Amino acid sequence: MIEPVYFQILASMLFCVGIYGVLARRSAVLVLMSIELMLNAVNINLISYASFSDLGTDHASLGQVLIIFVITIAAAEFALAIAIILRLYRNRGSVNVDEIDLMKG
Amino acid sequence: MTFALVLFCAASVFVIVGAIVVVTTRNIVYAALGLLVTMIGTAGVFLLAFAEFLALVQLLIYGGAVVIVVLFALMLTRIEDFRHLSNNRQQPIAAIIALGIFAVLATAIISTPFPHSERTALSVYELGERLFVDWAVPFEVASLVLLVALIGAIVLVRSDDSGREIEEENKE
Repeated sequence: MIEPVYFQILASMLFCVGIYGVLARRSAVLVLMSIELMLNAVNINLISYASFSDLGTDHASLGQVLIIFVITIAAAEFALAIAIILRLYRNRGSVNVDEIDLMKG
Repeated sequence: MTFALVLFCAASVFVIVGAIVVVTTRNIVYAALGLLVTMIGTAGVFLLAFAEFLALVQLLIYGGAVVIVVLFALMLTRIEDFRHLSNNRQQPIAAIIALGIFAVLATAIISTPFPHSERTALSVYELGERLFVDWAVPFEVASLVLLVALIGAIVLVRSDDSGREIEEENKE
């Protein structure tokens, strides 16, 4: 039998892999992909609480609606971030996040 | 070990292996394909939680659109630039931080009792009814947010040269 704990452990593993990617990779596109991994981890966590809750279909539907909104906002964020990265590449000729230090004191 | 558990383990392997490929590979096209594997695995996890509609949405939006957008971004920026970008001094620190956060999360999850209950299936009909009755206004606002984000993305990436050309054409 699948326990909700398995989903939550899987979600936390995926979240930590995403954190590692955000901290360790230097390409802005890869950092963005790591953020997508973290958003997916959040979705897996939400579905575990939505599907295994014994509070009735109201709560199950609440969780799934929330996941739909997360996916929508993630898609919007992704499109904007890719646009910013393309703009950055055109202006600076690089997508290395270490080189973007215009605001460094 | 039930059949559902075997399927869950398979989906978890997809998710984690894809994620590790994304954060470790030197070839950035492999990273995009690893992201695709992770998204397919997540869709499998959604199916095992009886959320068929979400699995479908996950496959269509992430598996289809987002991975294609990543590949387009790689095509428009130079791929050779990424080869020397993959290694970083911060890697050991990042690994320590990630493992530390995982340890904290795992102890919190395991030590918290969760009331045992069966998986509850939610039909697409019910989900649609909830979405378009209780959550109709937020749903419309979300569509507006998507529209604004897409127009903003187009305005951002539009090159200055083409804009100047259009202005010159207008003057003529």
